[in-house]
Amino acid sequence: MGLFDRHAGLLEAYRDVRTTGADPFQIRMERVLSPTEAIINGRKTLLVGTNNYFGLTFDPSCMEAAIEAIRAEGTGTTGSRIANGSYSEHVLLEEEIAAFYGKKHCMVFTTGYQANLGVISTLVGQGDHLLIDADSHASIYDACKMTQAEVVRFKHNDPSSLESRLRRLGDKSGNRLVILEGIYSMLGDSAPLREFVDVCKKYGAYVLVDEAHSLGALGETGRGLCESAGVLDDCHFIVGTFSKTLGAIGGYCVSNDPDFDILRVTVRSYMFTASLPPSIVASVRQALRVVQARPELRKQLWDNVATLYDGLAAQGFKLGPEHGPVVGVHLPDRMLAIGFWRAMLDAGIYVNVAVPPATPNGVSLLRCSVCAAHTPEQLQHMIEVMTGIGRQLGVLSGAPKLRVVAGSR
Amino acid sequence: MSDPGTGEQLLRTAHQLIVENDDIANTLELPRLASRLDVIREICRHLAPYQAGERPIVGATVIAKDLTIDSLAIMDMVMELEDSFDVSIPMNVVAEIHTVDQLADTILDLRAKR
Repeated sequence: MGLFDRHAGLLEAYRDVRTTGADPFQIRMERVLSPTEAIINGRKTLLVGTNNYFGLTFDPSCMEAAIEAIRAEGTGTTGSRIANGSYSEHVLLEEEIAAFYGKKHCMVFTTGYQANLGVISTLVGQGDHLLIDADSHASIYDACKMTQAEVVRFKHNDPSSLESRLRRLGDKSGNRLVILEGIYSMLGDSAPLREFVDVCKKYGAYVLVDEAHSLGALGETGRGLCESAGVLDDCHFIVGTFSKTLGAIGGYCVSNDPDFDILRVTVRSYMFTASLPPSIVASVRQALRVVQARPELRKQLWDNVATLYDGLAAQGFKLGPEHGPVVGVHLPDRMLAIGFWRAMLDAGIYVNVAVPPATPNGVSLLRCSVCAAHTPEQLQHMIEVMTGIGRQLGVLSGAPKLRVVAGSR
Repeated sequence: MSDPGTGEQLLRTAHQLIVENDDIANTLELPRLASRLDVIREICRHLAPYQAGERPIVGATVIAKDLTIDSLAIMDMVMELEDSFDVSIPMNVVAEIHTVDQLADTILDLRAKR
């Protein structure tokens, strides 16, 4: 048996996808022009699938900070912080993130994936209980594979489903850790966090919230769902990423636990990988300042979300359950989703296509992520294009389905 | 409900009821003392949409192999079964379960330990 035989089923599905003429998983951006535009297949394309919620990848102050840092400290750290030591800026960034949340401790990771993977798998061990939302991100599922704790899933965004699982644990020994996300990455829906926190308090469970998609977007000062739900003090661990709203790459975890720093010598995804390069640390520090100094970006983002979500809903598209910086458009099946995606790319609009098994409940989606830098005109254009394609493909109910039949109709 | 004489909690379980209409029976909570047959029947009800061809789903059916169900749908089905039978099956235990029989036995074992 060959090494790749086990992937035979996936290879076949992938071949189906590629025969449509474009491979959604290997898109090449020939040149990125701005947070909202790139050259793809030789033509200028509107970007509505890059998680660049505040459009800070081209913020002049963030770019300058990164360039200055490269001149001052070089291109990379060439080692981990445990082996090679920290740069002052790593420590300053951690202090600034901790201060932003009003928490005592912060640890910075090289990616958000590594933050979840390392923190979750290390916080719980043999004899402990890890309870995760069914729609959790892959980094959370991978953390589950790395821990000796017993892992149980509860129904997505359903506090009563969590409660029944905590109740069943009864007086079993071991810590309980509950993993939630601020905004879920496929459908853009938020957790009913206050209700979840109430359940966790009742059963003495620790709460970890991943604010990857909600940092900047939610809360009066952009601290995420923990802030907008008024439960910052009740969330024991908050994880997030620099790769979305902050426009770079990296991850973090903040906490008030007095022993938190022991994770620096126990979390392997922190200890055994190179630390963030100076340019990234510098642009992230600046981006965090921009998030705090320019709340109007948050308003712009939500105005744009309303334009896109309401516009698509009015045309009859089936969307995720609520407004969110991610707008998931439901399509009936995988092949239709890929065909729709490709038609949009041909029309000069890039979104993500999400198909099983990467999606909850086996749904097929066009995943759109909104940017504060999108103009209303760009979004109106996108709604028009999607409506046109939706009618051609017979996706929009009420629209006449194209039929190849002869007759007197 | 408590016994007016002794104050003792009276247990009223579905298996003590005489149910003549199956439709109503389905809406009742599963009896506290679920039999192995009840468990298997419930598993098969969840798996029915994934039946491959005419091959019936039996105790020896290998869930991930003999049916058209993917790993995510298996985990979702387990979540439903957990609530039907009021047990939690940790993910690492689910990973070791292959057949309908094994799944039923796991549920019954967990119920017995409650």
